[in-house]
Amino acid sequence: MTIAETPHMEPRPEHPAAQAWRVFRTRPAALFGLLLLVVIGVVSIIGPSVYAVDPFEIVWAPLTAPFQTPTAPLGTDYLGRDILAGLIIGGRATLLVGLTAALITVSIGIFIGAFSGYYQGWVDDVFMRITEFFQVLPPLLFAMVLVTLFSPSLVVIALSIGIVSWPATARLARAEFMRIRGLEYVSAGRSIGARNGRLIWRVILPNALAPLIVSATLTIGIAILFEAGLSFLGLSDPNVMSWGLMIGGGRQYILDAWWVVTLPGVMIFMTVLGVSLVGDGLNDAFNPKLRDR
Amino acid sequence: MAVLRVQDLVVDFATRQGNARVLDHISLEIDEGEILGIVGESGCGKSMTALSIMGLVPSPPGNITAGSIKLDEREIAGASSEQMRTIRGNEIGMIFQEPMSSLNPVFTVGEQIAESVRLHEGADSRAAFARAVEMLQAVGIPEPEKRARAYPHELSGGMRQRVMIAIALACNPRVLIADEPTTALDTTVQAQIFDLLEELQKNRGTAIVLITHDMGAVAQLADKIAVMYAGRIVETGAVDDVLSNPRHPYTRGLIACVPHLQVKPTKQRHPLLEIPGVVPSLTELGEGCAFSPRCDRMHSKCLQHQPVLETVPDTGDNSHRVACWVTEARADDV
Repeated sequence: MTIAETPHMEPRPEHPAAQAWRVFRTRPAALFGLLLLVVIGVVSIIGPSVYAVDPFEIVWAPLTAPFQTPTAPLGTDYLGRDILAGLIIGGRATLLVGLTAALITVSIGIFIGAFSGYYQGWVDDVFMRITEFFQVLPPLLFAMVLVTLFSPSLVVIALSIGIVSWPATARLARAEFMRIRGLEYVSAGRSIGARNGRLIWRVILPNALAPLIVSATLTIGIAILFEAGLSFLGLSDPNVMSWGLMIGGGRQYILDAWWVVTLPGVMIFMTVLGVSLVGDGLNDAFNPKLRDR
Repeated sequence: MAVLRVQDLVVDFATRQGNARVLDHISLEIDEGEILGIVGESGCGKSMTALSIMGLVPSPPGNITAGSIKLDEREIAGASSEQMRTIRGNEIGMIFQEPMSSLNPVFTVGEQIAESVRLHEGADSRAAFARAVEMLQAVGIPEPEKRARAYPHELSGGMRQRVMIAIALACNPRVLIADEPTTALDTTVQAQIFDLLEELQKNRGTAIVLITHDMGAVAQLADKIAVMYAGRIVETGAVDDVLSNPRHPYTRGLIACVPHLQVKPTKQRHPLLEIPGVVPSLTELGEGCAFSPRCDRMHSKCLQHQPVLETVPDTGDNSHRVACWVTEARADDV
């Protein structure tokens, strides 16, 4: 070799996730969203042991307004149950349903989208017709039918939300797989003897992950709203306190006792806001055009 | 002993305009430690030859209609996809044109080299990674330990192409197919990559199929050359024979197209030569020689009959063959 090659020097290899975080932390809105989620998460996890009041126990007169009695600082609902206790523990069920439903959505979506986009041809035709079938059903109605058919337990609610909302993720995953499967590093992977399964899950999926993570995050917000919607219509697990259940129970009293519905509503609003802000931040963080600024 | 022998390979593509014969009775032979240069314009079937050997012809629409591809006397044309999978990367390696996009952006280069070793030799990840570092060293990357942990975007184009070569050679394949390995690189880096290929071929005895349109590189590196036009081999032989005594007008045209470097610019510059016209559409090939519309020496026979590859008389070892009706040697008029 006659001419020495000058290697492009960089102090330390940076993992793509580290790059994403570098952009993410420059977005105040995204950081605020993250803070909201962390606070809500921490309160849901350790709150009930700090403020150990049974949310189903009747502690004071029904429909007491907030700040009237130290026994129930944020008032009581139509049965005289402590609203603060409900708010603190209700996050658990809501977040759990939201996360599980989003996980189900993304899992089904990626699975269908991956095979559709990678194999194309008749596999794509079959999977896309199935996807369209689920897409044309009105989601809320379909979920209501599912929940009514089975029992309104947390598992059934999470599953129902997942089942009605995966088509969008599947289409996104399919588009990403179709784009990436034509790229040269997939051919290169094939040329070293990688199997289809390896190409799908080890080569293409990691590269398709960025938009899917963003979509998954936003799906959590949608799933939480969905759960609240079902609860409002009375389709929630009556044995597990959730924000949705509180709203559903208090909706008849909304004109006389605003707090019964508004306070859990604010909690849901904050959670979904946090999820959306984080989702937007991730979207920026994974955008290669913004990454190197 | 030929490591790789392609005989009368025919590949057809079903297109909307009808059947396109992208490879028409291609025959190639390459021995251990040899470099075979395949040259020709874009769309003449060079890359398709490579894909056929790798068993990666997109099907549908592509299809190997006839012919055989033998790796050490073993027929691999029409082998099952599982058989081909064990051959790819293990016995035949391939380097692609674009080192920028041929590496997976989310894994370190070390992981990607190790992947090939793991797939074929079942090595555990520690051993595979050690091999990756070893390979990076072999392809002349400084600080291989550290580079193995770098992501592709942190390396320059030349370095990335070295990594591609390391991936292709990690399992010590018998044959390496280099599909325009330097097209995307700077001239100085091109020379380094060619030097590296030559060095590896000498040290490891790998047979290399070098696909390129750089006649200079072929002249310098290759032992044998095959000139392709519209899916056929129009001239083949030892590099020295073919380049010093080209018989096919197309080969002469390609040689004439190489720009000459003038150290002292004179007022009168040589105009750059070109071959007029373009490669014809493969669905519209007529009866005669596919090159005839662009040929300056075409006569009536060229329009009616497809010329066949015939040995050029009075050459040393009878390996120089050309498919042209106008076979009188007039190399001096180029």
